[in-house]
Amino acid sequence: MTVMRYQKALATAVRDEMAADPSVCYLGEDVVHSLRGVSSGLAAAHPGRVKDTPISEAAFTGFATGAAMAGMRPIVEYQIPTLLYVAFDQIVNQAQKIRLMTGGQTRVPVTYLFPGSGARLGLAGQHSDHPYTLLAHMGVKTLVPATPQDAYSLVRSAIRDDDPVAVFLPANCLPRKGDVDVAVTVPIGPAAIRREGTDVTVVAIGHLVHEALAVADDLADQVDVEVIDARAAHPFDWHTLTRSVTRTGRLVVLDDTNRTCGWAAEVAATAAEELFHHLRAPVRRVARADVPMPFAPVLERAVVPDREAITAAILETAKA
Amino acid sequence: MDTTELIRAYQTMRTIRLFEETVVTLVNANEIPGVTHEYIGQEAVATGMCAALGPDDVLTSTHRGHGHIIGRGADPGRMFAELMARVDGLNHGRGGSMHAADVSLGIYGANGIVGAGAPFAAGAAWASGAPGAAGEPTTDRRVRRVSVAFFGDGAINQGVLLETFNLAAAWELPMVFCCENNGYAVTTPAAASAKVTPSERATGFGLAVREVDGMDVEAVYEAAQWAVDHARSGRGPVFLDCRCYRFVGHNTGEHMLGLQYRTHDEIELWRGRDPITAVADRLRGHGLADADLARLDDEVQQHIDAAVTFARASASPEPATAMDYMYATPTLTTATRWGHR
Ligand SMILES: Cc1ncc(C[n+]2csc(CCOP(=O)(O)OP(=O)(O)O)c2C)c(N)n1
Ligand SMILES: [Mg+2]
Repeated sequence: MTVMRYQKALATAVRDEMAADPSVCYLGEDVVHSLRGVSSGLAAAHPGRVKDTPISEAAFTGFATGAAMAGMRPIVEYQIPTLLYVAFDQIVNQAQKIRLMTGGQTRVPVTYLFPGSGARLGLAGQHSDHPYTLLAHMGVKTLVPATPQDAYSLVRSAIRDDDPVAVFLPANCLPRKGDVDVAVTVPIGPAAIRREGTDVTVVAIGHLVHEALAVADDLADQVDVEVIDARAAHPFDWHTLTRSVTRTGRLVVLDDTNRTCGWAAEVAATAAEELFHHLRAPVRRVARADVPMPFAPVLERAVVPDREAITAAILETAKA
Repeated sequence: MDTTELIRAYQTMRTIRLFEETVVTLVNANEIPGVTHEYIGQEAVATGMCAALGPDDVLTSTHRGHGHIIGRGADPGRMFAELMARVDGLNHGRGGSMHAADVSLGIYGANGIVGAGAPFAAGAAWASGAPGAAGEPTTDRRVRRVSVAFFGDGAINQGVLLETFNLAAAWELPMVFCCENNGYAVTTPAAASAKVTPSERATGFGLAVREVDGMDVEAVYEAAQWAVDHARSGRGPVFLDCRCYRFVGHNTGEHMLGLQYRTHDEIELWRGRDPITAVADRLRGHGLADADLARLDDEVQQHIDAAVTFARASASPEPATAMDYMYATPTLTTATRWGHR
């Protein structure tokens, strides 16, 4: 067990998998010199398995699909999370569908890494999205690790998984420090209860898990909040949510993506359908405003979920 | 091609042609659902190209993929079964015409999105020579596997394909870009969409380029052998600009629309260069009698008839299996989504 920054835990996961399995390779823009800090030292350790790609997101994403079908286990790094939009067909319409479309003839074990996802004060309209909802909607296994331990263990699980897996690494999590035990395995699927409580269930993902925990501590003498870290936008761990809401009867969902048709909308709708008789208050969402990120930091703060909004939602739900 | 090779090419081309003519009948009889794009007229390209491939080689195909798949040796019975959405189809009825694949033969699939399969071919080509790739790492620059990406003249305006040209050239990948230049993307003539020809464009990317008479299977075979050898020997990717023509509509239903984008004279001119008639004439030159050709035709007919019988006898998939094959590693929660039905 060592204390590690999230960013370092992520890089260590990649390094350990590259060392463990010669079929793992690493593709992306400026990865040889590790511009994004995930692939430091990899090119020297594994010459030929780390490739700087041309700025051709569609082609190198499809390239990874073909390499995976031919037996490799590629990791693809996107320099900016919104480059997902440039590569979208190759992920959701190709890699993700090929196994079903071929009737199970092949596997596509590719890991898509989106380091620095989400808003980071001042990156403005085209660099601030946190687009995990889009991939979850399409059935892609989509992870958003919140802690250094999960950044390590979930990324290793993603690389070892035989399906395409996208991993969004929130900008607000990268500098966090925490204990990391490299012997710990975290499978894709189960959520984690980060704080037990009896009054309100808060389900969050990515950096909002930490915001939820901070608010829960602040409110400790008024409301006993249970915080669930979803870990994965898809598959979502309905069992853990069900067990929690069955006890608390109250649910708040935190989601740093656009509110309309967002991930929180899916969680809330399913909870309303399936847990109606356990709910003692309407399900609430705290999500982003449906707006391209305005540049001015004061405007950015106004449209992303913050502690104030989370606090208000929890208190209203607890009272309702 | 020697006589044996030419006979084999004739059989393959006849099989593709008869397969496609049968597909049209089955579509019109509602035995094949969805949309199919026939390969009629272009048989020489797939046949010549596939004849030059080795057993480990990979190909990616297109929406007009039946010719590539049969040319590579997939079983027509399982192919018909796939088109007819049956469990014994190549893809167990999960793919259909536009996604048919036989990965065991290196066929990484037809593709419903124009140009989108080409980067898979690039990745597979790289995997064969990369250190740590599945199989033997190569010690010299000769590689185990060459990939072929088939695509049309219309695909040449797709970003992902142009990106793949560049990436393949920059990384000197062992692959062949086989452009089936039939002059049209649906109704749009190639010249209306691009200022320069496909070969001119490919040259600019640094690909080794050859223009090929795509109506002549021997010309395609000769160019394909050169291209595959060029790629396999580590000299980098090749672009073949195969000039050809589709004798029928863009898809099976097109004739219902009465579109007038090609003249009757133009179609007849190309039909006069039917690649199968041309091979038959050459085989006569090699000493085959009309009776020999008739016997070959009969064999193909029997083969196709048996294939259709096989496909018709195959069952439809059970509705409860609609979500099968979605994940290679299902998790508890992917498998037990609440209330999906
Ligand atoms: C990216 C994309 N755009 C449009 C279409 C619709 N479409 C299907 S085939 C086709 C024409 C393709 O022309 P070409 O590449 O020359 O192939 P051909 O049909 O002539 O064999 C079009 C526009 C598509 N499937 N994919
Ligand atoms: Mg065309």
